[in-house]
Amino acid sequence: MFKKKNQSVEPTTATTEGENAIANKEIEGLSQGQIVRRRFVRHRAAMIALFSLIGISLFVFTASGLHLGSEKHPITVAGWWHYSITDLPELAMDGCPDGTVGCPTLDLLPPFIDGTGMQIGDHPFGQDDIGRDYFALVMRGAQQSIMVMVIIGLIGGLIGTVVGAISGFFRGWVDAILMRFTDFIITIPFIMVGAVVGFKYGNLGVVVLALMLGLFSWTGLARLVRGEFLTLRTREFVDAARVAGASNARIVFKHILPNAVGVIIVSVTLLMSGAILTESALSYLGFGVVAPDVSLGLLISQYQDSFTTRPWLFWYPGLFIISIALCVNFIGDGLRDAFDPRQKRRITKKEREQARVAKRESKATA
Amino acid sequence: MRRLGTMLIVLFGSTFIVFNLGANMGDPLEALRISQDPKAHQLILVMTRELHLDVPSPIRYFYWLRGVLAGFVGQLDLGRTRDGLDVIAQLGDAIPTSIRLVALATLLAIVLGISIGIVTALRQYSRFDYAVTFYAFLCFSLPVFWFAVLLKQFLAIGFNNFLANPEVTTPWVIGLSLISGVFWAAVIGGSRARVWSIFGISAGSTAGIIILMGAVQWFTNPGLGIALVGLFSIGAAVAITQLSTGLSNRRTLYSALSVAGLGIVLYYPLQWVADQKHHFQNGLLVAALFAAFAVAISFVFNKIDRGPAVRTSVITAVIVLLLLFVDKLMQTWPGYMATDAVNYRPVPTVGQVNDLLEPGNFWNSTLDTLMHLVLPTIALAIISFAGYVRYARGSLLEVLNQDYIRTARAKGLTERTVIMRHAFRNTLIPLTTIMVSDIVGIIGGAVITESIFGWIGMGSLFRGALNSLDLNMLMGISLVTASLAMIANLLADLLYSALDPRIRAGK
Repeated sequence: MFKKKNQSVEPTTATTEGENAIANKEIEGLSQGQIVRRRFVRHRAAMIALFSLIGISLFVFTASGLHLGSEKHPITVAGWWHYSITDLPELAMDGCPDGTVGCPTLDLLPPFIDGTGMQIGDHPFGQDDIGRDYFALVMRGAQQSIMVMVIIGLIGGLIGTVVGAISGFFRGWVDAILMRFTDFIITIPFIMVGAVVGFKYGNLGVVVLALMLGLFSWTGLARLVRGEFLTLRTREFVDAARVAGASNARIVFKHILPNAVGVIIVSVTLLMSGAILTESALSYLGFGVVAPDVSLGLLISQYQDSFTTRPWLFWYPGLFIISIALCVNFIGDGLRDAFDPRQKRRITKKEREQARVAKRESKATA
Repeated sequence: MRRLGTMLIVLFGSTFIVFNLGANMGDPLEALRISQDPKAHQLILVMTRELHLDVPSPIRYFYWLRGVLAGFVGQLDLGRTRDGLDVIAQLGDAIPTSIRLVALATLLAIVLGISIGIVTALRQYSRFDYAVTFYAFLCFSLPVFWFAVLLKQFLAIGFNNFLANPEVTTPWVIGLSLISGVFWAAVIGGSRARVWSIFGISAGSTAGIIILMGAVQWFTNPGLGIALVGLFSIGAAVAITQLSTGLSNRRTLYSALSVAGLGIVLYYPLQWVADQKHHFQNGLLVAALFAAFAVAISFVFNKIDRGPAVRTSVITAVIVLLLLFVDKLMQTWPGYMATDAVNYRPVPTVGQVNDLLEPGNFWNSTLDTLMHLVLPTIALAIISFAGYVRYARGSLLEVLNQDYIRTARAKGLTERTVIMRHAFRNTLIPLTTIMVSDIVGIIGGAVITESIFGWIGMGSLFRGALNSLDLNMLMGISLVTASLAMIANLLADLLYSALDPRIRAGK
């Protein structure tokens, strides 16, 4: 098993040079930003994930419209779906298998497979116990998840970057104090902080909850940014800028931050995918979003016992959590590959062949 | 010593934060304030005095701290819960439960995650690599409570149904053989013809084994017996020697094989030992015997370079002991299944032990504890498993690009030595840092897992404390979790210096 590993791990020197030539040729004359963008667009999984995420977000936000604010002060924009989460249509009592009620009317299989036609129907995801339209509920829940994800990502990213940048750049006692403070928060499991925060702010609507959770989610990012700043500030170009008389602010914003932006973006995406799971877990435990508002975690916790009889009440919220989190994770992976300067694009056999042909031709013409 | 000081400061800080958060969470007297009970006013006064509710929370923290600091003179006092129970006593019951859950899940995730991660790194850009990467991302995005419900439904209930009437059906045979064929073909890899032959061999042998297992009623009456224990022990000895020193090192191979031989020779005597009382002491004795034998035999066979040989034999001894243990558990299985408490539904979905099981039978209760651990452990482990796969892969790829790997290859070392001696050890260094944050994460995850599977551990205490706004209980729990995190941190630091000689030199 350990014998024939050479070609998979390390290509021989000759091909390495050839591959470097192919890779270098592609990035000739491009700025760093262009190279990163190019690498990201090439990352097939990340691109699929990006477009799916945009698709899901548009679908979810237009379906049930926007409902912000707390119970007392709602801000509402209507969506195209004809039920809202507060509507109580009649529970469909018949037409379901095994004597259940409120089953989904969605049927994506064309007639030649199951005999019935394709249709969306009145309640594509079915109805819950009291007849509320489950599609509207899931849409609303997915909306909440996306909002939580974005808000936590922004706030956590902002605080983390600022704290990490300050302690990495100034070092000394500022660093010591800020990092000890980070340690304080990092040793408490996030779900526990979240539960305590959610217990108090859960009923104020998801935006407030996300804001408060964001205040505790920056610690990992701050450590990473600090490490990045510590290495970058000793680099020659920073010394050069300082000798040239640049102010601290200029050095931080013009010289160090652009070089650290890769680390920041990548860990913010990871923070975001974690945020979705945290929010749904908190709602599941009853410390997050509370009824009458809905969230995907809350839906799962309400209907987990119905799994054997009415599995759709369980499947749909879970599928939405997974697909959103999966998209974000893949985008994060694509970004990491794109920002990593050591990352070599995989050269396919075809490209190697083309390069060889091109080289031979150029020799022939010369 | 300095590190201990930092730890205490961090512990102080994090408990301070939790205390203030918890204290401002809500009004613990709210229920009393709105109650119509004529004694309510009295009760409010009493509770205010007892819990010092009239003092602002940052100062109240020091009342609590005084109780903790008293621990240094042997009078640890974490206060009482709202129901008047002692917090320490409650925690004392809950901590072992939670640690049992977390420890097994962590161990499993680390061992499996690192080994699969290393295989994916060695097979970078293969289909296996892509499949595992996708699977890892899927695990990252999986809400643990959702997954746990699926586990309960399919694994527990489905498997129980199967065990109630174990008949091996053709679709299962075909499915499992295909899975095993694809898996091994992807892991071992090679040219196309080789892949197909590996696929054929592994699928065929899996099918054969399953059919045989069904035919001899293995599922109702499992067991390894001396023949299989011996076979597996010898296999383990050979495999471990191959990984650690290579089969060409005959002396090491002989010492590992002798350890396997000891297992076979002692098979029947150990059956007798296992039925005696004092299982714990006996187990320790047997383990010590095996360890001593492993060390001694490798000293006998090896005159020089004894380190690797000792390591190999000790690892073999651990595996042989595990095999013996599993075999004994399997022998207990039919009896355990037949007890009234279990009644042929062996995979439980709730609880940590089966209260109906009559106590006294050590093997039955061990089996019971293990069966109750199955589902929660899978749920917890599967998520951190994905993390370890990714990090181990990234870390090994990083190491393989280093100059010293090139040097090692250039001087003609075998691929095995390069990977196991040079690359693998250095891969573990960055992984130790991840373990710490992962353990904190798993403790957090245990809060959810415990509530799904109905365990009474720290997680459910935490939930209860939060719902009743019980600050003392909350503080007790966060003190314990923070200390656990600190201890994990310390262990990681120690591991770090054990693995990385540069850190030792720097001290």
